[in-house]
Amino acid sequence: MRLITHNMLSCNIKGVTNGFPLRIEAGNVIKKEVDFNPDFIRHMFAKLEWKALVEGARSMGYAELPEDSPDAAVLESDESFLKKLHHALLELHLEEGALVCPETGRKFPVNKGIPNMLLHEDEV
Amino acid sequence: MWFLCVFYHRLLDFRKPEVEALAELFGEEIAENESLQWRLPEHHHNDTPFHFVQLSSEEIARNIAKRSILVKGMYELWGEGTCYEELKESILSYPDSRKLQFLTSDSTFRISVETFGKALTFEEQKDRIQSLTYIPFEGRVNLKNPDHNFFLMEMIESEENNGLQPILQRRIFFGREVGFADRKLLPTFQLKSRTYLGPTAMDAEMAFLMANQAKATSGKLVYDPFVGTGSILVSAAQFGAMTMGADIDIRVVRDGRGPDCNVWSNFKQYGLPMPVALLRMDNNLPPWRSGLKEIFDAIICDPPYGVRAGGRKSGGRKILRGTVDPYTVPDDKRTDHIPSTGAYSLVECVHDLLHLAARMLVMKGRLVFFFPVLRDETGGEVKFPEHPCFKLVAVSEQILSSRYSRVLLTMVKVEPYSEEIKEAARLMHLEFRENHLKWLEDGNIHSSVFKPIDSSQIHTDPKAFKDPKPKYRGKYV
Repeated sequence: MRLITHNMLSCNIKGVTNGFPLRIEAGNVIKKEVDFNPDFIRHMFAKLEWKALVEGARSMGYAELPEDSPDAAVLESDESFLKKLHHALLELHLEEGALVCPETGRKFPVNKGIPNMLLHEDEV
Repeated sequence: MWFLCVFYHRLLDFRKPEVEALAELFGEEIAENESLQWRLPEHHHNDTPFHFVQLSSEEIARNIAKRSILVKGMYELWGEGTCYEELKESILSYPDSRKLQFLTSDSTFRISVETFGKALTFEEQKDRIQSLTYIPFEGRVNLKNPDHNFFLMEMIESEENNGLQPILQRRIFFGREVGFADRKLLPTFQLKSRTYLGPTAMDAEMAFLMANQAKATSGKLVYDPFVGTGSILVSAAQFGAMTMGADIDIRVVRDGRGPDCNVWSNFKQYGLPMPVALLRMDNNLPPWRSGLKEIFDAIICDPPYGVRAGGRKSGGRKILRGTVDPYTVPDDKRTDHIPSTGAYSLVECVHDLLHLAARMLVMKGRLVFFFPVLRDETGGEVKFPEHPCFKLVAVSEQILSSRYSRVLLTMVKVEPYSEEIKEAARLMHLEFRENHLKWLEDGNIHSSVFKPIDSSQIHTDPKAFKDPKPKYRGKYV
């Protein structure tokens, strides 16, 4: 599971109002290289929740992202920032671990890189 | 400029929508509620492989032909006629200013003869080429890699075949090739050599058609909420898109049939970039964070129709039906608990899909999906799913059996997601839950497809029984 995915997910158990962001319990994190596509990274930047991304990256062992979300202007001018963002979003993989709901503590397991977001019968 | 567009003679309903979508992708300016302009050759009807289409440049025509699955080639027409005399007159009257630049002495050329409806001997082909000596070709012939490729195409009369209309009169076309199809694509991606297959894997040709309808290309993010073995995403990835998929069945998505036989292996097989994400989730209760919207450029999928594979959603089957009271999973069993799922009717499935698309597609993003229809003989109006955010731009039917077919619907998002739409969807979601059984019964395609033929027919005239329904065109036409 990549951080780009983590940034989209929240806990949707019935009644939970504060299910985002999910805390990452990192069991096994690996790095896989992905071709750099700057257009795609710029397009995605606008959709990200920055704080969640920075925290998530830290849980996976990457602390190079700035604390505050930079201006859009940085996207055009600073390629090294785009590369860092690319690395954080697409090249860090959580192979084994869990995503934990901040409100209920419910763990959504991540196995072989695939998060299991299915709810139990009483959470629906 | 008008171009002669020659199609492969298959999947007839899909041909023009594909060209329209690709034209838009390659920069053809098409006004708001309009489409490309098409013209038929004289005496031809819509099923013909020959159509004239108006495009603003040769480059767009070339790009369309290269990426298209159903276009065999695009040609600049130099002449046409019902016989070779008419053809000669037509070619001679075509302006020299358009012809001479392709006939120069320093260029190489080739003339190919193609016939539709009959095979010609080598001698006959040579004769036809010889008859074109009135065209002042000054260059040299190069059969392998010519600068300019000319085609002499002859369409011959034929009688009714396979439920299609007959061709009534011979017609001959002569043109300069402007663009041609990539013939290596389908053989490379065909399912029979695919590493990981499932029972409902989309065949390569159709998957590429869907990816074209969705205008998948580099820099875009394409999502499949019923990813299964990833057959649709593979095609989108081949066209350069970033892909993402989800499925409720964790065995298909996470495990596959082993470490070398799963969704990832399918992408590895073709050297394609892996999907950005694969998830196990329920489209009926998706785990998207609130506030997330307009993130996908296209959603391409084949939802479960309930005929060969039924959909599933969260919530125990017995709880949904009301045969068992809601229960709680005991704490000590929670970690390894596999949640039970209940039947997911097509109506609800499509409702959720439209809602997902309304929220998660960017403006002008495309939703491309298959929808099953019963082939009613009374010819009643078929109602396709609708949603206030979407405009339906293409409907293409693929006949699957004498009883039912599926239509590929292409919808474009034209209105933004709003609070009203969100609220309406929430109310509908509750309605589906309260009346679970009623929605399962309505529009149950499975029983209509598999019901036995009316037994009263067996006792009537044996000849009539042999052919109770008119012959249908078949899956690939």
